[in-house]
Amino acid sequence: MREATVKMSVLLGTIFNPARRLPGGQAFDGDMLGYFLQRLAQALVVMLVISALVFAGVYGIGNPIDVLLSPDATQAIREATIKAYGLDQPLWVQYRDFLLRLAAGDFGRSFVFNMPVLELILSRLPATLELTLLAVFGATFAGVPLGMYAGYRPDGIAARAIMAFSVLGFSVPTFWIGLVLILTFAVTLGWLPAGGRGETADLFGVPFSFLTLDGWSYLALPALNLSLFKFAMMVRLARAGTRETMLGDAVKFARAAGESEWTILHRHVLRLIAIPIVTVFGLEFGSTLAFAVVTETIFSWPGVGKLIIDSISSLDRPVMVAYLMLVAFLFILINFLVDIAYAALDPRLRAARAR
Amino acid sequence: MTALLEVRDLATHFATRTGVVRAVDGVTLSLAPGEIIGLVGESGSGKSVTGFSILGLVDPPGRIVRGSVRFEGRELVGLPHGELRSLRGRRIAMVFQDPSATLNPVLTILDQMRLALEAHERIGKAAARARAAEILTRVGIPDAGRRLDSYPHQLSGGMRQRVAIAIALLNRPALVVCDEPTTALDVSIQAQILAEMKSLARESGTALIWISHDLSTVSALASRILVMYAGRVVEEGTVGDVLSAPRHPYTRGLLDSLPSLATPGQDLRQIPGAMPSLSDPPPGCAFAPRCAHAVDACTAMPDLVGAGGRGVRCHRPLGDAP
Repeated sequence: MREATVKMSVLLGTIFNPARRLPGGQAFDGDMLGYFLQRLAQALVVMLVISALVFAGVYGIGNPIDVLLSPDATQAIREATIKAYGLDQPLWVQYRDFLLRLAAGDFGRSFVFNMPVLELILSRLPATLELTLLAVFGATFAGVPLGMYAGYRPDGIAARAIMAFSVLGFSVPTFWIGLVLILTFAVTLGWLPAGGRGETADLFGVPFSFLTLDGWSYLALPALNLSLFKFAMMVRLARAGTRETMLGDAVKFARAAGESEWTILHRHVLRLIAIPIVTVFGLEFGSTLAFAVVTETIFSWPGVGKLIIDSISSLDRPVMVAYLMLVAFLFILINFLVDIAYAALDPRLRAARAR
Repeated sequence: MTALLEVRDLATHFATRTGVVRAVDGVTLSLAPGEIIGLVGESGSGKSVTGFSILGLVDPPGRIVRGSVRFEGRELVGLPHGELRSLRGRRIAMVFQDPSATLNPVLTILDQMRLALEAHERIGKAAARARAAEILTRVGIPDAGRRLDSYPHQLSGGMRQRVAIAIALLNRPALVVCDEPTTALDVSIQAQILAEMKSLARESGTALIWISHDLSTVSALASRILVMYAGRVVEEGTVGDVLSAPRHPYTRGLLDSLPSLATPGQDLRQIPGAMPSLSDPPPGCAFAPRCAHAVDACTAMPDLVGAGGRGVRCHRPLGDAP
């Protein structure tokens, strides 16, 4: 009976003790919550600053009234439209009104598409998201093992071939590779389509290409095109990290313990080089998601990159503002996730943060 | 008694851009089961490379170019990689100088010990944990069960080195090569670890090669000492013989530069000069340029002469009638 009571209290202690240890020795306590709140506050400030900068910048580009009206509109219609969109107000008033609407969750309506901006962007985002995810994950899963191999056997022929290919991926511009890919696989060989998104299927009510075989054939070329640069970067990062780590005492000690080379590579080295890889992964993911413009244009991929280019050329102000704010938000989110990944990967950072 | 380890005329050279560095050039030593020997010399004398060569852990561009390493009756030089790997950690283990560099900072102590166990046997999680905790307790880590879930940075330097020693002893090896394992530690911790190593080795019958530049730690531990200079053994003998009646001028110089033997207030006696370049050594005795007793004959390489484990590589050994 007494034993049961002790067990019970231990159990309750584990559940209710706020400073209990999570797996991996991480203490989940007030510090962690404080950290989240601090990051959230930082994010809000950054978003506010970004919105002001973007709003002022976009305001400076030009007057969208010419885009909004047909050239034969009368002066009366013209003035009425200007008034309706608040374009006659001073900048700070327009910005204030924008913020007020934003607080209510309203990003405004696109001048060109005449639909809510948020809806417009979110309708294009899945296309970019699947393209970007495929490119970044593909580049990482191919680049890291190849780079580790190149770092493990730096003098081998295979390593030299991998490095030569990565130089190519680094130095040849994306648009040119895109054109070559189209020329080779779409025009000459006729294996894959040159552009468009192909057949899509719905997942949670959102259309995705990767759910159909036909969609994959449309995804392949743009994803390959987008991933080449990232692949090259992952190869170089993994190679440099592996070379350095392989010479270190940790690897020598593991060898002295009789661990196999395979164990050393995937249990020791991969963990030790993970931090820079995760960093670059996050940065590349964010910037690709936001600025896959070139690839999306070449392959007529109906994603957000193409949307922003179109909205810039038509001076579709609300789309530009909302899009750039979305980009800023994505970067903040990704950086935050990368930070969490750091803590999961390196226990020394957990300790530093808890302090 | 058959020897556990017989190293004969071992030479490990590094082919570098500026020439071949003869880091180890003809080392011969033997070790009985359970014996503790000290390998002493200053930085660059080849003592560490000798240790690495025994385990076949010389990194390129280094290569064993000559000689033999027989361990438990098996020749290790030229042994296929897989067989060598299965010996490492199981029969021969090694402890390194800097425990903060040898332990993987992103793995828990338990994970690292499990990897070392799994390298040689299939072992369940619970069994591995029990073995790891037991060996940590043996090397003097209090509260070992809880320490297993720590990361290296959560332990002190002395604790980390104890963990590294525990990993080396995990599979009950017959020989542990210790490459200056106490150099990076506080003096008080050094003494503790020395005492523990000695009793651990005695209990388990493990032989030790204790590599150090510090004659005093070696003399506290080893029964025999080999003094290395410029890739060669220049003097060997029992601790008592070497310390009380050194025969090589270099050994004499090392002893004279020990602070504990100096008269307080007096400057320490140093060995003048520095070790010669190992890629372009002077002909003959490598110590001759720094030696107060050098004569013309020293331009020819002296042999290691002696019997019964007492030997000196010198044309004019100390203590000889002139």
